[in-house]
Amino acid sequence: MTEMKNKSAIQKRLIPTYIFLIIVSIISVFPLYWMITAATNQTVDVSRGKIWFGNYMVENFTNLVNSSNLWKSFGNSVLYATVQTILCIFVCSLAGYGFELYHDKAKDILFGILLMAMMIPGVATMIPLFTMMSKFKLLNTVWGFALPAISTPFMIMMFRQNSRNFPPDIMEAARIDGLSEFAIFFRMYMPVMKSTYAAAAVITFMNAWNAYLWPRVVMTDNRAQTMPMLIANLAGGYTIDYGMLMMGVLFCSLPTMIVFFVLQKQFTEGITGSVK
Amino acid sequence: MEKKKKMSLVAKQRAAGWMFLILATAMIVVMSFYPMVQALITSFKTGTGKNFKWADPWNYNYIRMFQDKMFMKSVGNTFLYLIIQVPIMLILAILLAQLLNNKDLKFRGLFRTCVFLPCAVSLVSYSLIFKSIFATQGLVNMILTKMHIISENINWLGQTNTARFVIIIALIWRWTGYNMVFYLAGLQNIEYSVYEAAKIDGANAWKTFWYMTVPLLKPVIIMTFIMSINGTLQLFDESVNLTNGGPANTTITMSHYIYNNSFGQGVANFGYASAMSFFVLILVAILAAINLKVGDTRD
Repeated sequence: MTEMKNKSAIQKRLIPTYIFLIIVSIISVFPLYWMITAATNQTVDVSRGKIWFGNYMVENFTNLVNSSNLWKSFGNSVLYATVQTILCIFVCSLAGYGFELYHDKAKDILFGILLMAMMIPGVATMIPLFTMMSKFKLLNTVWGFALPAISTPFMIMMFRQNSRNFPPDIMEAARIDGLSEFAIFFRMYMPVMKSTYAAAAVITFMNAWNAYLWPRVVMTDNRAQTMPMLIANLAGGYTIDYGMLMMGVLFCSLPTMIVFFVLQKQFTEGITGSVK
Repeated sequence: MEKKKKMSLVAKQRAAGWMFLILATAMIVVMSFYPMVQALITSFKTGTGKNFKWADPWNYNYIRMFQDKMFMKSVGNTFLYLIIQVPIMLILAILLAQLLNNKDLKFRGLFRTCVFLPCAVSLVSYSLIFKSIFATQGLVNMILTKMHIISENINWLGQTNTARFVIIIALIWRWTGYNMVFYLAGLQNIEYSVYEAAKIDGANAWKTFWYMTVPLLKPVIIMTFIMSINGTLQLFDESVNLTNGGPANTTITMSHYIYNNSFGQGVANFGYASAMSFFVLILVAILAAINLKVGDTRD
C-alpha cells in the first residue's frame, strides 16, 4: 500500500519532466512530420502552413519524376553508399583487429598518427583529391566517391575498441588447429563480431548516403549525382515548388529513416562505438 | 632448434599483424595525409590552369586571406555559430540525458527515439525542411500572424540576423539528440547505486548533477565538445542549402566560402582556397588541443 503511494508520489514529482520531454519530443518530430504532410500538398497549401495531409501526393511525385533524374540519382546513391560501406567495414575491421590483437609499441604509435587524420577538415583535402581523381579518370565514378572515405580513423578506432571483446584464447586454439593468421580473421573473428559489423555498416551507410560536399566536388556530371545533390538542385531555383521539393526530400530521407527505425540499436552503437 | 622454430612462428605472427594494418594505413596516407601536404604546397601557388605557378611573395595567398573582408566575415560567422550553438546544444543534450536516465520515468524508449529522430535525416534534407518552414510564405510566419505577434511576414532567410538565428535553431534541432546519445551511453556506465547513495546523503538533483554527473561524464563531454567544434568549423551543407550564404554573404561559413573559391561559380582559385583551408585545419587543431589540455586534469 505504502509502496503504491510512493510510486504515485514519484510520478507526480515527475510531471514537469514529462511536460518538458513531451514538448522536446514534439519539436524533434515535427519537422519530419511536416516533410511528410508537405509532400502530399500543393505548394500553395504548404505556403499557407497547412499541417495536415492533402491529396496532391501523386502530382508532386509525377512532377518530381518528370523534372529530375530521380531514379538515376537514387540508384547512384544506393550504389555509392553500398560500395563504400562494404569496403569501409572490411578495411577498417582488418586494421582494428590488427591494432588490438597484435598490438605493440610501434603499432600504438602508428595508431596515434592515424588518429590525427580525424582532425583534417574535408575542405583541406578536397582540392588535391579532386586533382588526383581527375588524373586517374575517377570523376563521376563510384570509386571517386568512395575511395577517400574507405579507411577512416573513426571506424578503425571503433573496431579496435570492440575487438577487446574478442577472446584471444580463440586465436590460440585456432593456431594450434593450424589455421593461418588470416584464416583466423575470416573464420573466427568476423562471425564473432557480427554485431560490431552491423553497427559499423549502419553508420557508414548513413554517412555515405548523406555526404554532400565531396560528391558535389567529384560528381561533375549531372547523371552521376547523388540524392542530396538532386534535392539541393530542386531548391536552387528562384521559385521553389515546395510540395515537389518535400517529395524529393522524403525520397532522400526514406532509406536513412528505414535504417534508423529498423536498426536503431545498431545505429546508436555505431555512433557511440568508440565511447567505452 | 626447437627454440628457433618458435621464434620464427612469433615473427610470422608479428608480420601478419602488420599485414592487417597495411591497407587501412596506406589509404589514410594516400587519401588524407598526402592531400594535406599537397594542399599546403598548393597554398603557396597562384593563378589558374597553365598559369598555375609559385606565388610571389611566397605567402601571397596568406596575406590576401587576412585582408579579404569576406573571408574574415565567414570566419566570424562560423565562430558566432560555434559560440552560441555548441554550448546551448550540449547543455540541452546533457540535461535530456540526465532526465531520460531516470528509472522511474515511463516511456523512456519513446522519448529517446523522438529526441534522437532528427539524426535520421541528412543535413541537406533538414536544411531544406527548415527552409520551407521559415519561408517568407511559410508555416512560422503563418503561426505568428495568427497569434497576432507579427502583422507583416518576416523574411527570415533574407535578413542577416534572422537568417543566422534560423541556422542556429536548425543546428540545435539536428544535433542535440545525437550528442544526447553519447551522454546516455556514458551515464549508463555509471552505477545507479551511486545515485541512490547520493540521494540518501540528501543531495538534491542539482547537486547530484553538478558534483557527480558532470565529473563522471567529463571524458564524454570533452569528446562531444571536440566533435562539435570540429563539425561547426566545417559547416557547409546548412550554409549552402538554408541561406546560400546570403543575404550578401552575411551568413556564409568558411567551408562554403572556400568551396565558392574553388568549385563554385567563377574562377577555380585553387591556391587561394588551399591557403584558406589550411587556416581551417590549423583552427581545428588548436581548438582540439586546447580542449584536451583543459580536460586533462590528471595530476
